[in-house]
Amino acid sequence: MTLNPPEAAPSTLCARVEEVSKLFGSFAALRQISVEIEIGRCYVLLGENGAGKSTLLRVLAGLLHPSFGKVSVFGGQEPQQARDRIGYMSHAPMLYDELTGQENLRYFASLYPGRDCLSPAEALRQVGLDPNLDRTLGQYSQGMRQRTSLARVLLPAPELLLLDEPFSNMDIESARQMVELLARFRQGNRTIVLTTHQRELAWPIADYVLTLHAGRVASFEAGRPTL
Amino acid sequence: MSRALWIHLVKDLRIEWRSREAINSMLFFALLVVVLFSLAFDPRGSFSRQIAGGVLCVATMFASVSALNQAWAREIRHQVLDAQRMAPTPGSDMFLAKVLANFLFVSIVQLLLAPVFLVFYNLQILGDGWLLALVLPLGTWALVANGTFFAALSIRSRNRELLLPLILFPIFMPALLAMVLATGSIITGDSDPSLWIKLLFGYDIIFTTVSLLLFEVVLHAE
Repeated sequence: MTLNPPEAAPSTLCARVEEVSKLFGSFAALRQISVEIEIGRCYVLLGENGAGKSTLLRVLAGLLHPSFGKVSVFGGQEPQQARDRIGYMSHAPMLYDELTGQENLRYFASLYPGRDCLSPAEALRQVGLDPNLDRTLGQYSQGMRQRTSLARVLLPAPELLLLDEPFSNMDIESARQMVELLARFRQGNRTIVLTTHQRELAWPIADYVLTLHAGRVASFEAGRPTL
Repeated sequence: MSRALWIHLVKDLRIEWRSREAINSMLFFALLVVVLFSLAFDPRGSFSRQIAGGVLCVATMFASVSALNQAWAREIRHQVLDAQRMAPTPGSDMFLAKVLANFLFVSIVQLLLAPVFLVFYNLQILGDGWLLALVLPLGTWALVANGTFFAALSIRSRNRELLLPLILFPIFMPALLAMVLATGSIITGDSDPSLWIKLLFGYDIIFTTVSLLLFEVVLHAE
């Protein structure tokens, strides 16, 4: 099944997923999914637990190889070859509990040599955290960890941003601030694919809404972004 | 030393400095082994010198397993390893930094253990004692280079605590024998340890090179 964005004008693709299936043993997490992702748009993935949202993000990030089918990003590259241009945020913080937010970000920024990264302090300010907070991440609340995690992803200014449940553990106000931040990020012609169970939060930035069910695309609709 | 290697190493040392998980667990375990063996065998005189090398090496080997597992457990605790896999720095730098950090931790434990060992085993070294400063680091490097690699290999397994010693110990056996025999030769002064030292040196080069070459595959394995 091939799904093109409805009412979409032809434009350069950021990623293309062709007939992708992903098996874990005998369990099929993704079943022949085909999707084209345009540059500068925000795609919201919906679906119940186990629908395959996180697996699809990990396949796009190059962290999982598809069992069948093909994934290409940025005009034909395999995701594994372009990982440094992709930002991936999992529902786990992907940071060290023993380091402060700033130390964590400084460490990850230095893993992108030659890249014009945001400064750790600036990235933390962007997500609404105090860069001078002298506490290790283990002492942060869940919401603060989530924001620090987003700051980590934003550091190298990736062209494709993959966010797995970015609003979980966040209060409504913080989630709204995050949506506004993502809207600004998208305006820089960057692409966002995010999964969420809180569709109303992602609605203002959703250019397209993709619903997965049991590893298949159940629906693909155009959104009405307001931001 | 490459910049990325240095960055990984500083991060590992800083985390260990704050948590002291690896050094504390290793130190208590190794101390326990040394004390229990001394109580079980009542080592004195020449008998003490004969078994000392073996006890020291085995205590180090068993104690280091927990540290080696912890080194990678930290990376997968909050999926940090995935963030590192997304970065454009070579995995070999991360591996080498982990080996260096583990080498440092095990060496610190050995240094702290040494006086206790000398007291409990009434040891008087009859050979060239300075050669221990060559044998112990070479043997420790063999242990941590292999151990860090196999800990990474088994980290995604549910039974990793069990799997690591099962894979590591048979492969480490030649180095362990060389380390025990060289240490024994130095302590007793009976024979020349140079053959065992050469063997340890060769073992270190071969296994470190193979681990470095294969690590990228292990890092990105699903």
